[in-house]
Amino acid sequence: MKKTIEFMLNGEAVSLSVLPSRSLLSVLRQDLELTGSKYGCGKGLCGACTVLVDGNTMRSCRVSIESVAGKKVLTIEGLAPAGDLHPLQQAFVEEDALQCGYCTPGMIMQAYGVLLKDPQITREEVIRRMEGNLCRCGAHKRILQAVEKAAAVMREGR
Amino acid sequence: MKQEKTMLDLYEELLELNFTDLKEVPQLTANRREFLKLFGTGILILIAAPDAWAYQEGGRRRPQLPDDFNAFLRIGEDGKVTGFTGKIEMGQGAITSLAQTLAEELDVPLDWVEMVMGDTDLCPWDMGTFGSMTTRFFGPPFRAAAAEAKAVLIEMAAEKLGTAKEQLSTSDGAVVDRQTGKRVTYAELVEGKKVLRRLDGKAEVEKPSVFTIVGKPVLRSDSVEKVTGKAKFSADLREPGMLYARILRPPAHDAKLLNADLSKARQIEGVLIVEKPDLIAVLHENPDIADEALAAIQARFDEPSSKINDQTIFDHLLSVAPEGEVVAEGGTPESMPAESDEVVEHTYLDGYVAHATMEPHAALAKIDGEKVTIWASTQTPFRLKDEAASALGIPAENVRVRPPFVGGGFGGKSYNQQAVEAVRLAQAAGKPVMVSWTREEEFFYDTFRPAAVVKIKGATDSSGRITLWDYGVYFAGQRGSQQFYNIPNHRTTAFGSGWTAGPGTHPFKTGAWRAPSNNTNTFARESHIDTLAARAGMDPVEFRLKNLSDEKMKRVLKAAAERFGWTPAKAPSGRGYGVALGIDAGTYVALIAEVGVEKNTGRVSVKRVVCAQDMGLCVNPEGSTIQIEGCITMGLGYALSEEVRFEGGKVKDLNFDTYKIPRFSWVPQIESVILDAKDDPPQGGGEPAIICIGAIVANAIFDATGARLFEMPMTADRVKKALERI
Ligand code: FES
Ligand code: FES
Repeated sequence: MKKTIEFMLNGEAVSLSVLPSRSLLSVLRQDLELTGSKYGCGKGLCGACTVLVDGNTMRSCRVSIESVAGKKVLTIEGLAPAGDLHPLQQAFVEEDALQCGYCTPGMIMQAYGVLLKDPQITREEVIRRMEGNLCRCGAHKRILQAVEKAAAVMREGR
Repeated sequence: MKQEKTMLDLYEELLELNFTDLKEVPQLTANRREFLKLFGTGILILIAAPDAWAYQEGGRRRPQLPDDFNAFLRIGEDGKVTGFTGKIEMGQGAITSLAQTLAEELDVPLDWVEMVMGDTDLCPWDMGTFGSMTTRFFGPPFRAAAAEAKAVLIEMAAEKLGTAKEQLSTSDGAVVDRQTGKRVTYAELVEGKKVLRRLDGKAEVEKPSVFTIVGKPVLRSDSVEKVTGKAKFSADLREPGMLYARILRPPAHDAKLLNADLSKARQIEGVLIVEKPDLIAVLHENPDIADEALAAIQARFDEPSSKINDQTIFDHLLSVAPEGEVVAEGGTPESMPAESDEVVEHTYLDGYVAHATMEPHAALAKIDGEKVTIWASTQTPFRLKDEAASALGIPAENVRVRPPFVGGGFGGKSYNQQAVEAVRLAQAAGKPVMVSWTREEEFFYDTFRPAAVVKIKGATDSSGRITLWDYGVYFAGQRGSQQFYNIPNHRTTAFGSGWTAGPGTHPFKTGAWRAPSNNTNTFARESHIDTLAARAGMDPVEFRLKNLSDEKMKRVLKAAAERFGWTPAKAPSGRGYGVALGIDAGTYVALIAEVGVEKNTGRVSVKRVVCAQDMGLCVNPEGSTIQIEGCITMGLGYALSEEVRFEGGKVKDLNFDTYKIPRFSWVPQIESVILDAKDDPPQGGGEPAIICIGAIVANAIFDATGARLFEMPMTADRVKKALERI
């Protein structure tokens, strides 16, 4: 049975009539046509689908749409106003922190969630918190550089 | 009886070639094609890059290739430059390096250049994107085409300005008269004109010394799209009325479907069922409901009782190996040279490895009257065009393949099963159909890097010279199997090819995996060289230098050793240092690693890796450095943890919980040295650095502990067992 679910998505209120058990990832990609969040494993094992729910990083493939009712969801599309780049996105570009780019939205959202909680974070801690996000192209080294660069910018307050 | 080869046979053969011995771009004799009309006004230069040609030179009979030019360049009425090639962008950065080459030669800003890649209606035929070939083969011809276009622009400007050609040069998208300072822009020159040229190779290309863009670090041109989530991969595309398909899969390779009860699936509202003898699928406009319908199918399969598993596979491979083919030979490898020490003989094993790209295979197919359009994650769009046409029984010209961004390939997206499924289902459903594989399907249908065995005999004399080398490789393939040391008596024999092995060889499909064959071969060769060095009581770097006569290889090794800060010591020195050398896609590499080994658990951590590389003219050093880092990081997986476990045709590792690929904490300190070789033609950069990872890790483990590993991956368990043996 479909149900009406309301939540905040990238700063705007949405109301949808959907099957409540569907994954947030699927609803984002199909119903809302936000395809920046990627499917990589469907089991919470790769991080390609990472979004923020009420400021916490979540694997959207493992979160039901019902469970985000009334909450704030942030996806890669909402990280910066249109035409602008968030310091993390800017740093990923500048540090060339991507190759094929498939893991990139998930990496950026994970890093955003991590830095949001603790902008003073050490490199060891960043590595620990990013460990569940997989990249097959081996962009890791540059991703870490980008996260550190963005952390510095974010600490200065933006 | 002569048998006509089909295009698909041709693709198989092309995949196997090791394109290293190219001379120059051949003369072009292209004829004008219908679609050239589409390009309207502007300057159009047709280019022949040498990959198709190399194949022809290989002395094999080939069927008629669809075109004899395979890239072109256009300068439009707005003065903007577009390069067209059938290659695709899958993360290797070709989209940037090719644009850079064009911008450089034509004196335009980089953002005036656009690359159109892989669209089978717009781009000329291409065999596929693999083998580190894009920059290597398309760089020089694109440069020559740009030079040709520039010559045309100068001619036009000379006429327009009424000055001598010699007085003119180009700068910033315009032709300038050096004496009067008068300028005329490319846009003004091209307006209303239509010029078609074939590349005759006469135009002067810029000398490396005057390059301003090529050879300078440049950031990727596709990165903004990729960091904002706007970049479209195949599974991100939508067409009105499209359906998502889920396909009934067998539990094991070679399992036969006995029966399938579709009644429950049929009851789900809006589900469309396609039932063909070899394809049962459920389709719905919502992929979650398609999933549900698939789960509602009750199917029984007859599972074959093959006993082969990941443990017994090596004996199996040796037992089915065909006659060997001698790849290289010199001296008298059969008879043991008198002055040699005893012969050292070892067998090296390598398991199956998955491509595991983060993007699973996906394809969207649409049939509109006669016209079929397929958007797919593919490294071989033109092969797919032929495959789709033959699956539908229609002429190939009705099929257009348009690859969007591809989320990693590494050879795994050279096969297009998902796209053929999508197009067949689109035909059956009468609507656009998306087939996007789950991670489990991805692991099941991947074309794995083949498991392989290498047997080596080697000996040295009392002075530390290698006197004998007898190398036999089973099913890894020939690429990288030839040794490059100065050995008087040597032989290299390949038993079975890399991936087109006969039925009954591998329990599932195998295929090209980043630097195919070479990872296994380099692991075996460089491990054995290290063993000989240890026997001779010599430092592994010194031992290699002593046995090399190839100056280029020596230079690369010395560069790596210098950057690493290598000091000579006989292994095992306890330091955990390992060195290895290799050649791939024309590029020479030397890598050195430092590892730590946890003796009680066998866990290996790689702390630092230095890579020195001679790749000829390096078009985009930033891009090449990134590729080296990617190779080193990815290589740690096959060296330390990645292997596909299976029982009969059943694949046991179907997701990232048990199939372990490298993560952030694994990444060592990486340093790369790209040797300056500006005047040499560019060589491959997407693969070479990965080939040495197995050997540097094995050699470093030996140096740290005295335990020699003969099997990849070098899991904690295997390392622990090896430690117990010493
Ligand atoms: S798709 Fe959600 S974690 Fe992999
Ligand atoms: S950039 Fe390709 S998976 Fe990370």
